[in-house]
Amino acid sequence: MLKRVHFEPSFLPFLLVAPQIIITVVFFIWPASQALYQSLLVEDAFGLSSEFVWFDNFIELFGDEHYLGAFQRTIFFSFSVAFLSMAFALTLAAMADRVIKGATTYRTFLIWPYAVAPVVSGALWVFMFDPTLGIFTYTLGVLGYEWNHKLNGGEAMFLVIIASAWKQVAYNFLFFLAAMQSIPKSLIEAAAIDGAGPTRRFFSIIFPLISPTTFFLMVINVVFAFFETFGIVHAVTQGGPAKATEILVYKVFNDGFIGLDLGGSAAQSVILMLIVISLTVIQFRYVEKKVDY
Amino acid sequence: MAEIHLNKVSKSYGDVAVLHDIDWHIRDGEFVVIVGPSGCGKSTLLRMIAGLEKITQGEASIGNRVVNDLEPAERDIAMVFQNYALYPHMSVYNNMAYGLKIKGVPKDEIERRVNRTAEILEIGDYLKRSPRQLSGGQRQRVAMGRAIVREPSVFLFDEPLSNLDAKLRVQMRLEIKKLQERLGITSVYVTHDQVEAMTLGHRLMVLNGGHVEQLGTPIELYERPATAFVAGFIGSPSMNFLDAKISEDGKEVEFPGGNTLSLAQDFSKHANRPVNVGMRPEHLHVDDSNAEKTSHTVDVVEHLGADTLVHGTFGNGGSDLTVRLSGIRTIGQGEVLPLSIDPKNMHLFDPDDGRRLEA
Amino acid sequence: MIEHRPIVTFVSHLVLIFGVAIIAFPIWITFVASTHEAARMVQIPLPLLPGDQFFNNLELTLFKGLEGAGAPPVGFMMVNSLIMAMMIAVGKIAISLISAFAIVYFKFPFRMGFFWMIFITLMLPVEVRILPTFEVVANLGMLNTYWGLSVPLIASATATFMFRQVFLTIPDELLEAARIDGAGPMRFFVDILVPLSRTNIAALFVILFIYGWNQYLWPLLVTTDQSMYTVVMGIKQMLEAAEQSPDWHQIMMTSLLAMFPPVFVVIFMQRLFVRGLTETEK
Repeated sequence: MLKRVHFEPSFLPFLLVAPQIIITVVFFIWPASQALYQSLLVEDAFGLSSEFVWFDNFIELFGDEHYLGAFQRTIFFSFSVAFLSMAFALTLAAMADRVIKGATTYRTFLIWPYAVAPVVSGALWVFMFDPTLGIFTYTLGVLGYEWNHKLNGGEAMFLVIIASAWKQVAYNFLFFLAAMQSIPKSLIEAAAIDGAGPTRRFFSIIFPLISPTTFFLMVINVVFAFFETFGIVHAVTQGGPAKATEILVYKVFNDGFIGLDLGGSAAQSVILMLIVISLTVIQFRYVEKKVDY
Repeated sequence: MAEIHLNKVSKSYGDVAVLHDIDWHIRDGEFVVIVGPSGCGKSTLLRMIAGLEKITQGEASIGNRVVNDLEPAERDIAMVFQNYALYPHMSVYNNMAYGLKIKGVPKDEIERRVNRTAEILEIGDYLKRSPRQLSGGQRQRVAMGRAIVREPSVFLFDEPLSNLDAKLRVQMRLEIKKLQERLGITSVYVTHDQVEAMTLGHRLMVLNGGHVEQLGTPIELYERPATAFVAGFIGSPSMNFLDAKISEDGKEVEFPGGNTLSLAQDFSKHANRPVNVGMRPEHLHVDDSNAEKTSHTVDVVEHLGADTLVHGTFGNGGSDLTVRLSGIRTIGQGEVLPLSIDPKNMHLFDPDDGRRLEA
Repeated sequence: MIEHRPIVTFVSHLVLIFGVAIIAFPIWITFVASTHEAARMVQIPLPLLPGDQFFNNLELTLFKGLEGAGAPPVGFMMVNSLIMAMMIAVGKIAISLISAFAIVYFKFPFRMGFFWMIFITLMLPVEVRILPTFEVVANLGMLNTYWGLSVPLIASATATFMFRQVFLTIPDELLEAARIDGAGPMRFFVDILVPLSRTNIAALFVILFIYGWNQYLWPLLVTTDQSMYTVVMGIKQMLEAAEQSPDWHQIMMTSLLAMFPPVFVVIFMQRLFVRGLTETEK
């Protein structure tokens, strides 16, 4: 943590940490504690007076079927995104690990969606599935399926999942490939000498050995889907139709900025905070020690 | 050029004392070596002289200036580190020039000094390279160059050769010695290698567990080790120690099993006292004469070429004993050798506190 | 590969090419859409091959923007995005470097307290504290300013942790050598630490530039003035306008322009990008 050799105590280190600490306090800790405080208040419709109500906002939330619905939806959404993008990335990484020539070229072609902003990703997919013009809508129509995610909640959910997973493949691919390439060649060779074919080797050697990475990516993908997909939802469906794609982060925004329900929105923020904290703890407690190349 | 005075210098980390009341006067131009096993506090002592560690108690002065509260840069010293500590992103030239630049030495003066130093160390061809592109030996030279270029009044060396391979180490050892003689700058050198210590130092300090075991010239340490620790530490292979007892009349030592060896002096004031007898492997001889001797049952023989090391058991008591015989000897396992030793080469130590016993 | 079975290699390549095709298809469609004129973009089926209007659309989008979308020309928004991304990346790196320096190289009261405060920011993404943070920024009069866009995002535990990690691997002897050479703390920082961390700084810059450029929710909240819009926000504005008049050729051109700088950085600084990504996740 601290160097064995360090500088003498002086005023300097305080100056050095000051910018970071001031920003942290002003824009992180203070607002977070405000959220905590507000989550215990109820304001009247005009924002003129507020009343301290303890955990009423939370109790109300957990009695609110819209909120519980959003919660379930978010979990379904997150795990779908994680599973889809990880499965796809894992397959590609396994193949790229196998080919000697061109692995880096494939990598170049597969990683750049990482750099595409979620909203842009949303725009791309919403264009392809546009109910009147979209290229996929047209193709599906030819095949006899009528696509309209503006009316069909299931289709809307499918679209945000695809748009999110598409963006996340790059990241997963990169980490899977790195994990596979860090497995000592001699292990694979030993298995080959023992008579295991490529498929068998993958399932009996490679997959178990990269399991820490898989777990790590699982956490990262869930965090991504929980918190960073706001842009995708906002661009593609605005939470609709009929709240079919309203995930938690979207609901916080919507209730707070559009619905102006301060207490409720703050209570939702606090719950989200607890989720981030637990995911962070999981990541640090169980992942950091195990992912070790 | 400067003298160094250490006056009751102590160091502790919290409640843990690591160095106890070190007194030493290092003369101007002297090359001294601090030697001891790892963890004995030798590096800490050097770093206190350098100003990299605070002195908990006592006083250190360099050239009549008390330096306790001076920054390392103000002490007029230069240091060579074990891992060289060259700035990886700077060229060799800049590594050497950095300290001078900070001091505000004019550019042309820096250039002159770096070039002259590079010439002395024969590293002139590498000045533009980065440390990464140099071999271990070359890096070592650059580290020395960085010290020399500052023209300090004291050089400090912290195990500077231990990262080199054996052959290069011997070569660099010789060069450091020559260089120090040529420049005549007071030098303090820390090592755990007793051969380095013996060959380099005008005087040695043997440290053990934060205490000074002995101060003296290499020959004094070899001939009259003050403690069993020093006796065992200096010399290779190390000294044999055997449990024994001083006889009634104080003229000989009696070993368990009945063997005896006579002493050079009269130890009657220690009569009947249990002692630890030290004998260097090179002082034991195979002796076919009728002189007083003892037997040695051979177990393993190692041929070094110039010498033969014979490991076995001593007398009837069964203690391990190593003998160093010159030249190549053909000796079989189980053979019994008659051994003798000049009584002057026997060292007696107190078995409890390890101090040397005098007659 | 251990066996020399061409069929296995062939299948692997086939799967990879298929994968690349799936990943690249949306971008291809985007590109194609950006090369046709408005009229072609309302005829079903939409084209799958590029047209010849790319440069016209580029000029139109960059300098005029979408009529009726209530957003300034895309070129203008890209400048805003660039300023914001640079401020976030440079700001994060600067404050993280110095705070990691303080925490690793100095012993001072509340050192661990500060460390934990920085650590906590890891658990407070913008999304969970939007309303109160918005209030703070509003009270400070930072709405519709570049400062308001960037400063609340530049505290970063990950960057601080990464630099801390880097500093911890730098041998202690370098500091000692520097002290003997007469370098004080700031001199050591500038002359030794920063140059030694330069690859890490570059790698982090790549990641943070992408992060900053792609910010969406935060700019959406703190900018109401069109002159402060970023390009990523602009896309959303255009999508809304598309409900009435779908000018897909321009929307897709805007998407292309919005993804161009970060994608360019990823592809051409791939080594730094990969390094940055793996290091900040440690």
